[in-house]
Amino acid sequence: MIDPTAATLLEVRNLHATVNGVPILKGLDLTVRAGEVHAIMGPNGSGKSTFSKVLAGHPAYEVTGGEVLFEGRNLFELEADARARAGVFLAFQYPVEIPGVTNSAFLRLAYNAKATEEGRDELDPLEFDDLVREKAKLVEMDPSFLDRSVNDGFSGGEKKRNEILQMAILEPKLAILDETDSGLDIDALRIVAGGVNALAAPGRAIVMITHYQRLLNYIVPDHVHVMADGRILKSGDRSLALELESRGYDWVTGARQAA
Amino acid sequence: MTASAGIPFPALGTTALPPAAGAAWLAEVVEAARAAAARLPVPTPRDEAWRFTDIAQIARQSYVVDTSAASVPDRDALAPLLIEEATDARLVFVDGVFAPGLSATGGLPQGVRLHPLSALFAADGANGADAAAVRAHLARHAPFESDFFSALNTARLSDGAAVVCDAGTVVPGAVHLLFLSTGRTAPLAVHPRLLVVAGAGSELTLVEEHASLGESIVFSNAVAECVVGANASLRHVRLQRENRASFHVGRCAASVARDGRYASVSLNIGARLSRLDLAVTLDGEGAQAHLDGLALIEARQHSDTHTLLDHAKPNGTSRQLHKCVCDGAAHAVFNGRILVRPDAQRTDSAQQSRGLLLSPKAQVNAKPQLEIFADDVKAAHGATVGQLDGDELFYLASRGLPLAQARKLLTYAFAAEVIERIPVRSLVARLAAQVMARSGL
Repeated sequence: MIDPTAATLLEVRNLHATVNGVPILKGLDLTVRAGEVHAIMGPNGSGKSTFSKVLAGHPAYEVTGGEVLFEGRNLFELEADARARAGVFLAFQYPVEIPGVTNSAFLRLAYNAKATEEGRDELDPLEFDDLVREKAKLVEMDPSFLDRSVNDGFSGGEKKRNEILQMAILEPKLAILDETDSGLDIDALRIVAGGVNALAAPGRAIVMITHYQRLLNYIVPDHVHVMADGRILKSGDRSLALELESRGYDWVTGARQAA
Repeated sequence: MTASAGIPFPALGTTALPPAAGAAWLAEVVEAARAAAARLPVPTPRDEAWRFTDIAQIARQSYVVDTSAASVPDRDALAPLLIEEATDARLVFVDGVFAPGLSATGGLPQGVRLHPLSALFAADGANGADAAAVRAHLARHAPFESDFFSALNTARLSDGAAVVCDAGTVVPGAVHLLFLSTGRTAPLAVHPRLLVVAGAGSELTLVEEHASLGESIVFSNAVAECVVGANASLRHVRLQRENRASFHVGRCAASVARDGRYASVSLNIGARLSRLDLAVTLDGEGAQAHLDGLALIEARQHSDTHTLLDHAKPNGTSRQLHKCVCDGAAHAVFNGRILVRPDAQRTDSAQQSRGLLLSPKAQVNAKPQLEIFADDVKAAHGATVGQLDGDELFYLASRGLPLAQARKLLTYAFAAEVIERIPVRSLVARLAAQVMARSGL
């Protein structure tokens, strides 16, 4: 949903970041308004996943230049947990398994951490159970998954559905989906995409990071960006993704090299 | 071995066997144990088995050895310690003395009995069969001739708990043996004793618990002997949560007959210094043992667990998971010895030990020790020591959990793998809540 009058949610200016001293992001610019759906595409090694982890505050990534404003506020002043409570959500490419922590306990702790921050009442386990069972329907998740350890022994598709369930529980302002479609068969992809679409809202922006245009058949972006070598080389609308599909990434990255 | 000369051990004291209980066979055992306690060297860190655990601080302390003045707590003080699965199926000992007013056995089903040992020392009356079982097994399994602390306990043997389960009896729920020490002013030495005889084909769940009421120093030197009959199943939960001023030395010797199953979960949470030696002999073909353990300590606590799985007969199976969680400057030790004797062909044994260090000053020493003398054997073992996983912490943080809470949750999850193996649901829930609420974690 493109609304030029909508508030700017995320403003990334000339972002540089390194991992283990190796520069990965080299001057990335991006503006995301409330209600928009963005897709960031690009070949392996272009820095897409690094960008998502920098936004979420992973300690292994060092920001070496530029700035990121979230609702006008310097995002880097906040630790990862504070960013999450402020409304930034990252759906992981590889969700982490946590044996011994039940999914329901984990989701409730996360929900209550945010509720407390916002001055709302915490939910007790019974109240939360009602909420989480309702939300689980969005991703067609069997309630038995709530009693299992977080992602432990889940299939790839189940893990990704669990990510979207977490998004549904936390109701973020900015959801970054890192390769949420990779490794999913078409049925699982349809379920995950259905969950994301159900969560689209005027106050919420979604940034999808993906290799594959297939995802964009299910979650239709307002803006498509092509990333290579740590920055965004080309931006456009939905048609850019289709063009990429037919012409390949070389069309963008090669054109740049030739220029 | 190192000579004990010069190290007094005040806890030895004098024999306090009540004259009324004076069965001749018992007097002989106690006398032999006294001689052994006087002869055996007090262990020091120069002994390999005590390398990381220095008991000098136990020996240095002087203790009251008079147990006649035990002040019995009221039932309200006991309430938080009761286990709903063991309603009216418990014996309580306070400062080493049987507390009939706190004990209750009305909930026991037919075929299983709890007695104070002292009631069975003389072989007469209605309990003749149980007295015979005590005479057949008491001090026959714990190696008092070679182990100083077993000798010390046996030399002081005047009472304790006996659990006798008849052949074929399946006991629902659990039985609870609670050894409490109270907050008396003078440091106190107690020598709790437990004998469990599970008849052929019986099934029993037992909770042996050592806990403190109050904060005064107690040296608790406990010995348990478990006899698991043919095709019987004994589930033994051992909880040590004494106060942080106390010293705890525990011994448990289990003997498992043909096709018998012994499953033990041992938790060491309390005490300033604790040492547990758990020895299981798979003494019949096809016998099985599961030994799970957790040391969960912080500040300057020290907890040492030595286990011995003695595969003496063919086709035995053993499984073992031991975990240590250390915060602050705590130090945990695990030594897991697995002995497969020449006869014990087709033994299948697996041991896993995992340590979690929550602070830079915490320490874990874990050592598997396999001694295999049979040639057709499966024996796997693994030991790891590490810190909380950074990816897991970030995942929790990325969902809004503050770092301290994330650490607590992951620490609990690590410990829960052992806690959840306790076959008593209410106890699992209670321990889980206590672990989560612990400060510093």
